[in-house]
Amino acid sequence: MKVKVIARNPDDYVRETKLDIQRVPRNYDPSLHPFEVSREYTRALNATKLERVFAKPFVASLDGHRDGVNCMAKHAKSLSTLLSGSCDGEVKVWNLSKHECVRTFQAHEGFVRGMVVRYCGTSFFTVGDDKTIKQWKMESPGYGEEEEPINTILGKTVYTGLDHHQNDPVFATCGQQVDIWDEQRSSPIRSFTWGVDSFSSVHFNPVETELLASCASDRSIVLYDMRESTPLKKVIMTMRSNTLSWNPMEAYYFTCANEDYNLYTYDMRYLAKPIMVHMDHVSAVLDVDYAPTGKEFVSASFDKTIRIFAKDGGHSREVYHTKRMQHVICIKWSADNKYILSGSDEMNIRLWKANAAEKLGVLAPREREAANYSQKLKEKFQHHPQIRRIARHRHLPKTIYHQTKELRIMKEARRRKERNVRKHSKPGSVPVVSEKEKHVVTVMK
Amino acid sequence: ITKYVIVTSSNLPLFAPILQPPARYWQELQEEERKDENKVKNDAEQSKEAQQQEEDETQKAKKRKQDQSPSDGEKKSDPFPGPAPIPEDRLQKFKRKDKLKKVTLVFHLISLFLRDIIARSEDASEMAQKQAARFDLLLPEEAGFLEGDEDEDTCMISQEDIAEAVDITSGAKYFNLKLSQFGPYRLDYSKTGRHLLLGGRRGHVACIDWTSKQLMCEINVMESVNDVKWLHSEAMYAVAQKKWLYIYDSNGIELHCIRKFNDVLRMQFLPYHFLLATASATSFLQYLDVSVGKEVAAICTKTGRLDVMCQNPHNAIIHLGHANGTVTLWSPNQKEALVKMLCHQGGVRSVAVDKTGTYMVTSGMDKKLKVYDIRAFKPLKSYFLPAGAACLSLSQRGLLSAATGDVVQVYKDVCSMPVTKPYMAHRLRGTVWGLHFCPFEDVLGVGHGDGFTSMLVPGAGEPNFDGLDANPYRSAKQRQEWEVKALMEKIQPDLISLDPTELAQVDQATWEQRHQDRVEVLGFDPLAKEKFVPKYKKKGRSSAGAIERRKKQVAHEEQRDVIRKSVEDKVKMEKERKERERKKAALSTQKSALDRFKK
Repeated sequence: MKVKVIARNPDDYVRETKLDIQRVPRNYDPSLHPFEVSREYTRALNATKLERVFAKPFVASLDGHRDGVNCMAKHAKSLSTLLSGSCDGEVKVWNLSKHECVRTFQAHEGFVRGMVVRYCGTSFFTVGDDKTIKQWKMESPGYGEEEEPINTILGKTVYTGLDHHQNDPVFATCGQQVDIWDEQRSSPIRSFTWGVDSFSSVHFNPVETELLASCASDRSIVLYDMRESTPLKKVIMTMRSNTLSWNPMEAYYFTCANEDYNLYTYDMRYLAKPIMVHMDHVSAVLDVDYAPTGKEFVSASFDKTIRIFAKDGGHSREVYHTKRMQHVICIKWSADNKYILSGSDEMNIRLWKANAAEKLGVLAPREREAANYSQKLKEKFQHHPQIRRIARHRHLPKTIYHQTKELRIMKEARRRKERNVRKHSKPGSVPVVSEKEKHVVTVMK
Repeated sequence: ITKYVIVTSSNLPLFAPILQPPARYWQELQEEERKDENKVKNDAEQSKEAQQQEEDETQKAKKRKQDQSPSDGEKKSDPFPGPAPIPEDRLQKFKRKDKLKKVTLVFHLISLFLRDIIARSEDASEMAQKQAARFDLLLPEEAGFLEGDEDEDTCMISQEDIAEAVDITSGAKYFNLKLSQFGPYRLDYSKTGRHLLLGGRRGHVACIDWTSKQLMCEINVMESVNDVKWLHSEAMYAVAQKKWLYIYDSNGIELHCIRKFNDVLRMQFLPYHFLLATASATSFLQYLDVSVGKEVAAICTKTGRLDVMCQNPHNAIIHLGHANGTVTLWSPNQKEALVKMLCHQGGVRSVAVDKTGTYMVTSGMDKKLKVYDIRAFKPLKSYFLPAGAACLSLSQRGLLSAATGDVVQVYKDVCSMPVTKPYMAHRLRGTVWGLHFCPFEDVLGVGHGDGFTSMLVPGAGEPNFDGLDANPYRSAKQRQEWEVKALMEKIQPDLISLDPTELAQVDQATWEQRHQDRVEVLGFDPLAKEKFVPKYKKKGRSSAGAIERRKKQVAHEEQRDVIRKSVEDKVKMEKERKERERKKAALSTQKSALDRFKK
């Protein structure tokens, strides 16, 4: 007779001393782990609920401006520095990690319209309503010294926007025309015009560094090549775009913030039809900024909310609002992809988390592992109705909630009418025009 | 070796010749001849082998020299190139889903983006499968076994012999508790297999840490006890008493008396759902959520007294056996039975379902033991037991124990092959009342009229437990941690269905319905394929003829898809037809019993 029965030595399964961690022998046999799917689903549901519980995006409010914040600029080298310009011409430099203002000075008379930090981070430019372009040192002046610009250029017209080249001492301004400036000269090296209009913003492409795009008041977006003397092409839309932002990872995509409550992502090469229409705001969109990953962007709107969109998502994944935040005028996504900064009408700059439920600070390895695991689970079960309902739910201010509803009703009515017209006319005479095609008037080259 | 012999003839199964048949005159002769032959052969072989070994060794030595001499100058090549191979059966064990085939039509319909996602997730799961299979090779413990010598049936080996042959700690797992006063006993092992709960018919309830033989509590409820069951941990258990259902803690303190549950005869605990399912004499099947203490469902089965019950550990469906020979399957979400199966002529006496949810074993008053494929609801095997089996229990590794009167028989591989005799057998003092394999141990607990017997059944238990699921060696702290985690991922009762993977499948019907609604609202199909509009090309390539040609090219492409599909269908049909014909032919060539009358 040969016989063997299971005989385990308990020493192999319990810890030797109290200082050790407990032993956990594993066996991954699927038959020992029944209800795999249901248990994962339950975990995913819990993770989704917890995400909503921990979604507290607001980090801090930076107050100190004496008028609405009109523009902001990220520091090119330092993560913790932010510059902001207000409607009374004051510029403030902030230390974000300490939540405090480190420098204040009167830069312009009237609005500060635009500001940008030079790629080296040692100086920055501002433009204002007083028709001047000023270059400032990043360091604050020593004791007893006066705040004075390094350089001042007096222009003929008001400048409304400004951007600096990625790695050359060249910057661009916009106003009645788009000007390209050499830092060493007091007159523009190149000026672009296309019809009579005024421009609201100009932006350099961060990858194809010689390319620019600007938004004009004749509802057009114009593309330029800095090396050529004439603009490349422009697309005219049904309503005016306020500003635009280039995708930092995919150089040919840009997103523009439009007055018709939508944002449009265009492929620079095919302007005839935007590749995505981002809807959700209930008032004009005033500013947009891409995340450094190029996968998401954030938009600020006149409806007192901030929304985060996926670059290929038609609707926002997140909406931020507070009782006290008024019309949000400028927005920035921090260079470490973790925070969002918003400047609004009621003189405050707010610091938000880019991922509302994320835990700040250093994560322990086990903590990180658990977070990654629950993230994957949420992804896996995201389309289940129960989970989707919880993940999508956002509380909205009453006005926005009702406005959204109203807009939906209006849209439905328009669609119904169109459907009825189509039904009662000759087949093919009323073609189906997609949402993407609706908003583009023409493309000019 | 002492042989175990059963004396009473009434309990003897026909097909299981435990008593050896009288020796025939030719058997001894044949055996002697064989032995002689073997001896001769052995001698011859031994000498041959010895010679061969010597030769081999000399050859090997030569080879080694040859191998070594050239290799001094050159680089040595890896004798085991590439990653270590993984045995196919292990890989199969961890396989979850087939890969999406690249030849199917569905594959062509999926967008490139989605195809990429699918390919990546398939790669990841394949890697996980391989890793798990490799890890499986490193598991520390091995399953038990029992093999008899020549001419020795394993079923003749007595428990005393086994207990003597194995080590002391394992030998101590064979023991008898003589409790003749309050018997017969029902029993239950906790999920980790550490704790044993005994409930005597006449009110005696005891819980024991059975490996250390420590008594945790012992009470007499002064009422008849129908069934006992551990709840999720060893801190609480449920006792079905004469009138109500009671919950006690491990110190024997009554925590709850649940008046909603009356006349309970049998109980099952669904550990991942935290549900206690009870079957009552008034034909009610009730579910109690033990985490919140609420009744989840009460189903009137309208089938009379319910005293046969078991759960399918794979999908948490409750199986009930009835006096009219049917077995019904129940979930808490439906007032009607999910499935009704006629299994026996005469009443069903016991039901058991294996851990993978593949096989169901039933025994009935018609003295038959039947095996069903519970996924396809098809009978697989049918055995005749002269005494019939009153209690059935399946172990983690698929051993079946059946109690016939006061004898417990254990069968091996009942589900896969026809079995002629039991693997083990053991006679007890009284009629068997409850049977239960201890999880993660080679132990079968038997409750009977004269107390409790813990039997050694080598090969019954899963040798390697998972520490995060059920750890027999867990500390109090670990248990608390586990309890919190388990409660957090309690599966809601409405997820119980026949197919537990249903949740991971695509709900095609709902999607189609929703799409239809959307089309109705919009007035057009947003997912419809756009009509091909040829691009305008310069240099005269956009002449009317050229455009027509381009259009045709695209149209042909679509046609090709349709043709491909129809060809595939045709091939499939042809294949099926051939298969059918082949089967028919095979059937016609088979000889039937009536063929001998044909001329």
